[in-house]
Amino acid sequence: MDKDIKSIEVRDLVKKFGDFTAVNDISFHVFKGEIFGFLGANGAGKTTAMRILCGQSHPTSGEGSVAGFSIVNEQEKIKKHIGYMSQKFSLYPDLKVWENIELFGGIYGLSDKQIAEKTESMLKALDMEKAKDMYVSDIPLGWKQKLAFSIAMVHDPEIVFLDEPTGGVDPVTRRSFWELIYKAASTGVTVFVTTHYMDEAEYCDRVSVMVDGRIEALGSPAELKGRYEAKDMDEVFTKIAGRR
Amino acid sequence: MKEIFAFIQKAFRHIFRDRRTTLIVLVMPIVQIILFGFAISTEVHNAVVDVVGDPGDPVVRNIIDRIDNNKYLSIGEFHNSPSEAEVRIRKGKAKAFLCFESDFDKKFSSQGKAVIQIVSDGSDPNSAQIVMNYIKGVLQSSQVEFSERMFGVGTTSMRPNVQLMYNPAMNSSYNFVPGVMGLILMLICSMMTAVSIVEEKEMGTMELVLVSPVKPFWIILSKLIPYLFLSLINFVSVLLLAHYVMEVPIRGSLTLLSFSALIFVGSSLGLGLLVSVISKTQQTAMLLCGMGLTMPTMLLSGIIFPCESMPVALQVLSDFIPAKWFIIIVKKIMIQGVGLQEIAKELTVLSGMAVFLLWVSVKNFKTRL
Repeated sequence: MDKDIKSIEVRDLVKKFGDFTAVNDISFHVFKGEIFGFLGANGAGKTTAMRILCGQSHPTSGEGSVAGFSIVNEQEKIKKHIGYMSQKFSLYPDLKVWENIELFGGIYGLSDKQIAEKTESMLKALDMEKAKDMYVSDIPLGWKQKLAFSIAMVHDPEIVFLDEPTGGVDPVTRRSFWELIYKAASTGVTVFVTTHYMDEAEYCDRVSVMVDGRIEALGSPAELKGRYEAKDMDEVFTKIAGRR
Repeated sequence: MKEIFAFIQKAFRHIFRDRRTTLIVLVMPIVQIILFGFAISTEVHNAVVDVVGDPGDPVVRNIIDRIDNNKYLSIGEFHNSPSEAEVRIRKGKAKAFLCFESDFDKKFSSQGKAVIQIVSDGSDPNSAQIVMNYIKGVLQSSQVEFSERMFGVGTTSMRPNVQLMYNPAMNSSYNFVPGVMGLILMLICSMMTAVSIVEEKEMGTMELVLVSPVKPFWIILSKLIPYLFLSLINFVSVLLLAHYVMEVPIRGSLTLLSFSALIFVGSSLGLGLLVSVISKTQQTAMLLCGMGLTMPTMLLSGIIFPCESMPVALQVLSDFIPAKWFIIIVKKIMIQGVGLQEIAKELTVLSGMAVFLLWVSVKNFKTRL
């Protein structure tokens, strides 16, 4: 983690849909190479906030920057410099493994040569060389998620957004998925992750907990556990989110 | 540009990987043309006409021979009473029967007046009407001939000389081929496009694609191009089949026809996009395309029922169906052989619809996702 550089910085961010305030005046920052956990109950405003950070939605008010570009008027530039992996598994199941890599390499403007190199190195790193010609629908869920993560990183983004990346897999597979995340963070990639699994929250450098559109708590897992006198993040979350 | 190419390549992979769908899409038009062209025919061939009366009577004999020689009619059995003939109609063995007055020849030559009754099977009003008309035609021409023989030429008699322009043989395929062409192009372009886009929404891959730096407009375009290509194949196969198997002429310019088809495909793609913007699930998209687009097109575009005979409200409604205009254009170019000037109005309306539909759907595409 490099505490001199802020990859994401948000000040007084508000997003309203009609009368409903989905994101209510939040401010925070994420350092370069940090693993930042973005927690909150369903409907707390996580997804809305994340969409704004990914350049998919305009904030109602407030300002901020992602990878050095403004979230208000430089959304197209943001899109080029971030990676994104969605909560729903998001590769094309009827395309082969290498075709998926080729597609997303193409979408992010890589040359044919770069795509070929990426395909080789990625499959080697994932130990999936044999699966190159398999359809994505035929490979195990754990592999799919690792592949989706690697593909989200195909264009070497500065920040990668993970929206509930490990839904539906067992703890062992989740653990090995997090090894990928650590590896990425160690090379200076900022990881912004939402999750419902509190054991995953423990792996983050810092976490924020959103309740009703506001950030109620922000700090390292150890700090939060101390502040709320809880034995684990599960208890912290229940105390914050269940308080209202 | 590379980004777009990657997308288009992917869309083609989707289509051809799903072999069953591809096969359906490519074979369906052929089956439809054959079905409409051969099976669903409104023409009447060799309708059986029974006779009640005296077959030995010379005038009766003459009329019966004329009917039997008509290529659309043939004489079945002779009966002594109408009730016997009715049994034959009830059994479906005969389409109609003629009832000649007794002493037909004598009354006809002495009094100049004799009665024939035509009874036909009204449970199928369409073909009953057609059979009646054929019989009436035969009777009329024999009457003219008889009166000429009896009173000499020059007596006042009207002799209609009927000619059907463009389609002298009354081939119903002249009507169905343009109709089916419109229907198929619309079905492929709108339904396939809508379903494939909604499928991506359902899978969540659309979200992933929209996070990427590729502009939504290009995403839409890359989704449309493969279906444009498929409909091109369909257009060619329908045209070949129509021309060489159904023997429908292509009297006008092929270039103009293809250009009009392209405009029509544009409007159908627009409809498909619009459906995909509205629907959240593939089922909704299918239902909307099936019930909301295909059914009205079948019923209101003039494929089966002529627009002119509809109530005014439905006629107005039918004006909003792109297929109606396309079918008119196809008929005019293929069968009448007219040029750009004669189809200018229809083509303008169609182009307007295409531009409007594409504009509205592209504009709403991202915001509604």
